[in-house]
Amino acid sequence: MRAAAYLYALAIYGFIFLPVAVLVLFSFQGTLFPIPPFNGPSLRWYAAVLSDARLTAGLVNSILVALLSSALATGLGFLAAWGFARFHLPGSALLRGIITLPLTVSYLIIGMGLLIFFNWIGFPKSLAAAGIGHVVINLPLCFAILYSQMGENQANIERAARDLGASEAKLLLLVTAPMMWPALFAAFFLSMTFSWDEFVISFLLTRFDTTLPVEIWNMLRAGLNPKTNAVGALVFGVSVVLAIVFELIAFRKRPQ
Amino acid sequence: MSASVNRIGWASVSPALLWTLVFFAAPFAAMALVSLSPKGEDGWSLAAYGQFFTNPSYWRALTNSLEVTLAVTVLSVLLAYPFAWILAFLVPERWQRLALMLAVLPFWTSYVVRSYSWLLVLAEKGVINASLTSLGILGEPVQLANTRMATVTGFVHFFVMLLTLTIYANLKQLSPNYRKAAADLGASGLQSFVHVILPLTLPGIMVGAFLTFVLAIGDYITPQILGGNNELLMPQLIMMQIGRRGDFASASALSLILMAVVTVAYLVCARWLKIERT
Repeated sequence: MRAAAYLYALAIYGFIFLPVAVLVLFSFQGTLFPIPPFNGPSLRWYAAVLSDARLTAGLVNSILVALLSSALATGLGFLAAWGFARFHLPGSALLRGIITLPLTVSYLIIGMGLLIFFNWIGFPKSLAAAGIGHVVINLPLCFAILYSQMGENQANIERAARDLGASEAKLLLLVTAPMMWPALFAAFFLSMTFSWDEFVISFLLTRFDTTLPVEIWNMLRAGLNPKTNAVGALVFGVSVVLAIVFELIAFRKRPQ
Repeated sequence: MSASVNRIGWASVSPALLWTLVFFAAPFAAMALVSLSPKGEDGWSLAAYGQFFTNPSYWRALTNSLEVTLAVTVLSVLLAYPFAWILAFLVPERWQRLALMLAVLPFWTSYVVRSYSWLLVLAEKGVINASLTSLGILGEPVQLANTRMATVTGFVHFFVMLLTLTIYANLKQLSPNYRKAAADLGASGLQSFVHVILPLTLPGIMVGAFLTFVLAIGDYITPQILGGNNELLMPQLIMMQIGRRGDFASASALSLILMAVVTVAYLVCARWLKIERT
């Protein structure tokens, strides 16, 4: 029974790792096609990726869009979460519902709506347009995370700061934000990973300058190619490192 | 609450609200309007929706999408549940965190790259065909890529990881006392699973299944890369409208129909989807 169970677990691990293992292995392929037999290891495709101006530009664009859109989503989400948690605003439940609504709509439809809207108001396809789309998908998430973490305990400390003469802006910046930093970090980080990986909104809303997932998509037209393996393996490596960093920072203080 | 304090409250929530109204609600309204003024026609009309019922290939895309998504949801739950069970109850406590982290590691591959990786495995000269032919099991390669099966495989791969996470969390939240009590009352292992554990984890499964359904039915990448153009799913049909034809009215109408389908799925699952605030 136990042996059968472990065998099953092993089979699932095999299924989960099969494509990643193939991707990484054939990124070191020495010949022109990422298919068996394996001739390697060779780093020629990694060299090809690093000297590809389009890919490196896509990489820089992706990082820029992810950083700026996540910062904006976290900032807007933080302000709104604080406002809803600390003040009794009429219609609060409805308004909170409106902010979280985009979570239930698929990226394709959000992107399509923005494409039509931008077309209509004459806003050109650009990285900025894609960034706006990324804020739309990440704001509800940031808001939900931060709102759920706004506790009474922090409200008391804020009252104390206010009694001591802090302005609201100072209070937010010097008292609330530092107290909330684990939640702020989690919100920012999750936004970063979603933006970093997002394809369809960037695909619809950018033209010449675009993000890395769209550049990789463009490479797929050439069919199977070890260069695509190499860039995929690099992106995977970066993501895993980020995931481990997140795990270490976000859960460091949790007692085991 | 004095007026000035409320003003601060409004000032802090309005940027996020405005953002949502301008970049989510307004585009949505624009999409609804565009769907009502079909290409090449003056004035308002429901023609973009009508073609959905008159053109068989449009209707086919929806049934394809539903079939694929339902198959993916059911298969992913069936594969992930026993796996999560093994991780939660059979793997020793101190290895569990590592086992779980490993199980979701490929989750971090980029979306586009993950589908491409499956193409490497399933292609005509890919890993599976190459191994099976060199072992002599297959005389010549069989077509695995550009099929519905390839799309389902790519999806199931992703959602098994997602569901393993949610079901594992669900199983760990159960108090071990339930199983002990069932055993004390004379239930066999299977009976205690069917009558106690399964009903208790059902809400968590439904949340995971709903998430799977919603994410899978709206995805363009996986069917486009792995399924190809042999049969179209809804997102592919939508992208095709704006790509080749520049027909925004049809694309908008199809998007709204897709949303309606998701809403129906939500209503079906709603009784299980009361997400608690912890």
